[in-house]
Amino acid sequence: MGAIIIRRLFAAIPVLFIIVSLTFVLMHNAPGSPFTSERHIPAPIMAALERKYHLNGTFGQQYGQYLWDLAHGDLGLSTQYRNRTVNEIIAQSLPVSMVLGTLAYAFALMAGITLGGLAAVRQHRAGDRWIVFLALLGISIPNFVLALLLIRVFAIDLNLLPVAGWGSLDQLVLPAFCLSVPFVASLTRLTRGSLIEVLRLDFVRTARAKGLPESAVLFRHALKVAILPIIGYSGPAIAGVLTGSIVVETIFGIPGIGPFFVNSVLNRDPFMTCGVVLIFGLFLILCNLAADILYFVVDRRVNLQ
Amino acid sequence: MALRDVLPRSRTLALVAGLPALGLLLLGAFFYAWGGWTLAVPADLTIANGDEPQTLDPAIVTAQLDQRICTAIYEGLTSSDPAGNIVPGVAQSWEISPDGRTYTFHLRPDAQWSNGEPLTAGDFVASWKRVLDPATASDYAYQLFYLVNGEAYYNRTITDFSQVGVKAPDDHTLVVTLSHPTAYFLQLTAAMQTLFPVHLATVREYGDDWTKPGRIVGNGPYVLKAWRLNDYILLEANPHYWRPVAIKRIRVLPVRDANTCFNLFYSGKIDLILDQSSIPPVLLPDIRKQPYFHPNPIGATTFVRFNVKRHPFDDVRVRRALALALDKQDIVDKIIRSGEPVARTLVPPGNPGYIPPAGLPHDLDEAKRLLAAAGYPGGRNFPDVTLLYATKGTGPAIATEMQALWSRDLGINSIHLRGQEFKVYLNSQSSTDFDLCISRWIGDYNDPQTFLDMFVTGGGNNDTNWSDPAYDQMLADSESTPDPVRRMQILQGMEKILVEDQLPIFPVSFTVGAVLYHPGALGGFASNFVDDHPWGDLYIPGKK
Repeated sequence: MGAIIIRRLFAAIPVLFIIVSLTFVLMHNAPGSPFTSERHIPAPIMAALERKYHLNGTFGQQYGQYLWDLAHGDLGLSTQYRNRTVNEIIAQSLPVSMVLGTLAYAFALMAGITLGGLAAVRQHRAGDRWIVFLALLGISIPNFVLALLLIRVFAIDLNLLPVAGWGSLDQLVLPAFCLSVPFVASLTRLTRGSLIEVLRLDFVRTARAKGLPESAVLFRHALKVAILPIIGYSGPAIAGVLTGSIVVETIFGIPGIGPFFVNSVLNRDPFMTCGVVLIFGLFLILCNLAADILYFVVDRRVNLQ
Repeated sequence: MALRDVLPRSRTLALVAGLPALGLLLLGAFFYAWGGWTLAVPADLTIANGDEPQTLDPAIVTAQLDQRICTAIYEGLTSSDPAGNIVPGVAQSWEISPDGRTYTFHLRPDAQWSNGEPLTAGDFVASWKRVLDPATASDYAYQLFYLVNGEAYYNRTITDFSQVGVKAPDDHTLVVTLSHPTAYFLQLTAAMQTLFPVHLATVREYGDDWTKPGRIVGNGPYVLKAWRLNDYILLEANPHYWRPVAIKRIRVLPVRDANTCFNLFYSGKIDLILDQSSIPPVLLPDIRKQPYFHPNPIGATTFVRFNVKRHPFDDVRVRRALALALDKQDIVDKIIRSGEPVARTLVPPGNPGYIPPAGLPHDLDEAKRLLAAAGYPGGRNFPDVTLLYATKGTGPAIATEMQALWSRDLGINSIHLRGQEFKVYLNSQSSTDFDLCISRWIGDYNDPQTFLDMFVTGGGNNDTNWSDPAYDQMLADSESTPDPVRRMQILQGMEKILVEDQLPIFPVSFTVGAVLYHPGALGGFASNFVDDHPWGDLYIPGKK
């Protein structure tokens, strides 16, 4: 299996290369330069700026220079945050998003699987209907609406939690919950659907016929099979949640990497944009690989090739 | 199936719940050790700043948000008091030669860097040389083109820095020679961080990384103690500053979202909001009635640019008609809603010694007459033109209202909206790729010059294709005359050409910002036209 994983990792390199190249070309052709501002910059000063940030010369020279730096692990200078490298910005903000994302997704897994399981075993009863309704609501309600409602109720009216900020555990509660809601909803629906299907299968009937307690039937036999679609869903979902959310991080004033995905483009910060795209691509590839491996571990029928 | 059947001890359950929990615990522990949870540090005052600083290197800084923090960490030759008056900074006195071109600054003999080293006139010479070195990549290097040979040195037409107009005859005297008498030069030394001193030994040691906490050396009222990206900045009183400050620790929060910022203020986590963009626009009418609201008129004007090379705006009658007809009162009342006054001139009020021209009134009849005379009676046959604006803030709403007003009042139905994302908009504006364009200009210093020199022929911020040799000559005259009264008269004449006669632009409103703080909780704050509020002068009433 080790060889397969290594082969998959090597196959990721051309994918990342293509992603970064496309981003670079797009940023290079975006109207307006990183240094455009309301004040006109005299030509010699503009030339000095472009030289300093390796944005002078032909497209080929700039692209070659960037790839050369990239091969050495240097993601370049940020043109927006002038005293920082892209490496430094990512190193400071990515862990913040990862902590928040881990918390959110861990909660989503626990809540989603529990709720989905409950709904499946009580199918068509009142509990099931409520859970399905809430899951639909959770998927439909936009993050920013939910965030503002939660802030209004829990932070302003009840004064239980801080309205925003980063640095203490209570400041994690609202943003993590907010971030997890769409995942809770999706995971609930996934688990419910998958479990309902599995509970109808022959091996479940056999297990029951053997006289196993219902809990053993459910957890030891049914859930093990029903969990497969959740693994598949979780790969890209975790990649997304770990690399931050612009909405949640902006509303709660969290110093994560999420806002850079949009703001670096608005600021025409070319290397920063390439950097975050690269990070997201890397996470996506790694998480999908992890999901495939988990599939393989859980279900021996899966071929990793 | 009963619920109790589903809740047994089970390994799968332990796995489902336990693994993520364990992972989380580990990650949390790692992060704790890594030092992420340090916001518990106490501060006496928390100030909202609308975004993460781009840089704290005074030679490079351009954004107002960054300039605020720089003014706390560094100090120029002169400084501003809370009311915006020029007061001594590092220089305790100065003399200006009769021709207005030579400034002799006498530095405080006890001036020190925040590491205790003496701050000398030579530090200014070296810092200005650094700005004029293209390798420093300073956007505002041209602020030193006022010096004799400043521009020549930047462009490397001369390579000997001793020919540039700044000299340090001794440690406490700095002699600056300008190429023109520049009446507002003492404002530049107070407000333009480009002219602030930097500690060269630190810059040389750490390169681009010198502005990090623990490394940075400044000379202002505060020292940078902590700086976490997008999280917070902590400033602490500088013990080596020449006068004591009342507030020992200031925390700065870079909160981008207006709702978040106002929520933090509302729940007492932020003490001072300095920007209107940090206040949700929908709440503004209510917030304006609160005791913590303080209007902050600043030296900035919203105006409309015409592209005078494009038909029909090559005809001054059409430009006049549109300017006369626009119901600006409607726009400030319905759209901007922050109590901004209507503008008839480009230069905002509040420039000492300057008497602005009258400007054009709101005169619909005259506008209709002019439009008819230009060949478009009742707006008929008016060609298709576009109105360029930036799709941020109130930009789209103002543009839509203008379009509606010109349609209602002049019968022109062929003005089309063209909203663009900010940087694209700036690009279109600077390449004069527009017919009509909604613009704003924030003065660099408190002097009409910063508004009027834009429209010199070929000026970098002209952006209208307009050119008038008489105007250019007047600008040159105003720059060379050492007589301040005469100079203001010339500037008045220039503005008259701009807003009454030629109209390559017409003004719409004077910017009024909003500042929030509870009156009993903060003192030492005053609104002023340069929008410069020295943090070293703030105090907490009762704690002073």
